[in-house]
Amino acid sequence: MTLTQHGEETETAAQARPFTPPEVAAIRRDFPILQTLRAGKPLVYLDNAATSQKPLAVIDATTQYYESENANVHRGIHALSERATEVFEGAREDVRRFINAGRVSEIVFTRGTTESINLVAQSYGRQNVGPGDEVLLTTMEHHSNIVPWQMLCNERGAVLRVAPINEAGEVDMEAFRGLLSEKTKIVAVTHVSNALGTVNPIKEMVRLAHGVGAAALVDGAQAAPHMPVDVADLDCDFYALSAHKMFGPTGMGVLYGKEALLDAMPPYQGGGDMILSVTFEKTTYNKLPHKFEAGTPNIAGAAGLGAAVRYLENLDRRRIAAYERELLEHGAETLEQVPGLSFIGTAAEKAGVISFQLADVHPHDIGQLLNEENIAVRAGHHCAQPTMERFGVAATSRASFAFYNTKEEFDALADALGKVRELFA
Amino acid sequence: MITGNRALYEQVILEHNKTPRNFREIEDADRKVEGYNPLCGDHFTIFVKLDGDTIADISFSGKGCAISKASASLMTAMLKGKPKSEAETLFNRLHDLVTSNPDDPVDEKALGKLQVFSGVREYPVRIKCATLAWHALAAAFEGKEEVSTE
Repeated sequence: MTLTQHGEETETAAQARPFTPPEVAAIRRDFPILQTLRAGKPLVYLDNAATSQKPLAVIDATTQYYESENANVHRGIHALSERATEVFEGAREDVRRFINAGRVSEIVFTRGTTESINLVAQSYGRQNVGPGDEVLLTTMEHHSNIVPWQMLCNERGAVLRVAPINEAGEVDMEAFRGLLSEKTKIVAVTHVSNALGTVNPIKEMVRLAHGVGAAALVDGAQAAPHMPVDVADLDCDFYALSAHKMFGPTGMGVLYGKEALLDAMPPYQGGGDMILSVTFEKTTYNKLPHKFEAGTPNIAGAAGLGAAVRYLENLDRRRIAAYERELLEHGAETLEQVPGLSFIGTAAEKAGVISFQLADVHPHDIGQLLNEENIAVRAGHHCAQPTMERFGVAATSRASFAFYNTKEEFDALADALGKVRELFA
Repeated sequence: MITGNRALYEQVILEHNKTPRNFREIEDADRKVEGYNPLCGDHFTIFVKLDGDTIADISFSGKGCAISKASASLMTAMLKGKPKSEAETLFNRLHDLVTSNPDDPVDEKALGKLQVFSGVREYPVRIKCATLAWHALAAAFEGKEEVSTE
């Protein structure tokens, strides 16, 4: 579907109109996989927090790259290499605009959020975190925003601190403030929780981190698909995201970093493209952002990511957020009616995720039975075991949605869950 | 139809999940071993009381999906009062069943009630669920205190 991009520039979130059912129907036609049937049943895809589906615009952009633009970047004299470089660097500009970064030099392409966080831990972290220093996280972090910091702290003799969350799944801000001190060198926190859906008060958390001189990294993997992201407004030092969670290809991600910080950081990996000159005596590193992009990059991935960004801008992220608020409200109201169902994660500010338990039916049995109806949900610990432990469960069922999901799909989910409950009663 | 998924969720499985047999701890157990599947969080403890080579008493506690819980329940029901060697025999038969081709014939006589797990053949990710308790019991007889099916 086509909407003017002006909408995104002028409307505020409060003014933005949710998509109408015909608009959603048109959007759904952009996604080939949503047209497929299994055993005659349409796909109800509610596992978007694991990975999102891809619109034709993204599929076409990667295909077009391989069909007519394929060459290596930043090195050829020939026309194809110039074209590939245009595609690749064009995507960087798309991402810069998408997250409102000041310069393209601040946009580093990576394999995904996980690699982005590891890059910061291994480069910035090893340079700036020493014995007795502290790294502050929250209980609701994904394993990819826990383990890299654990590795860093173990290596550097530093201490990992964790801000607790309350029963609703919100960060205890009092405790968060209390844990910050001049020892805190890095604060790493998720923008939106993949297991609970909680939207964190990132701007305030960044401000508090800066108050004690700490750098702030934001895991934006679950935010980018759902809402406008403005790194200038958040004032975060690093922002990480994955293309595949925002309707782009797998194996492609972004690290945003403030230029002054990236400039002062040592390279993460060595190889081609990240150098200006090499002799056996001395190597001069390339300028930003190429200093952090060793080796031939994921050019097709960049082409797809650029297309995903333009697709989202065209839909208008404010309208996406407005429509998804409606979906969340409807989903919660509908699922609440299922006997024995209880929610895990009831924060006041939520996006994209409804995690739940159904009496004492194991999430894997729920997922298996929903699959019979061609309803895809995630069952498990969602790579967030400390979060599960906080709520005293080993696993939850999680319905995670995107702007192409419908209220009717939540009705189908609730109906199926009612039947699952009866089967196990 | 949700209720049509009989291939996997046989009535016997649902019933054992709802009312598990020997679902308790044995305080003076001769063998006690934990079985853990880190992938899905299934976590059981198996208790065994021996009388020579005979399984005088056997029980389990813990949490898991319907398949893993029913399997643990059936295991305790089928092995109580039997020689230790019977555990290995039945485990081998169950293992052969769930890893066989979905179209292969099922030896109903040899398997007895374990034939209810024939539906697992269609869902390879659930094999570990069906065999978790049995792995734990085998480990218990080998003198281990913990087994993981990762």
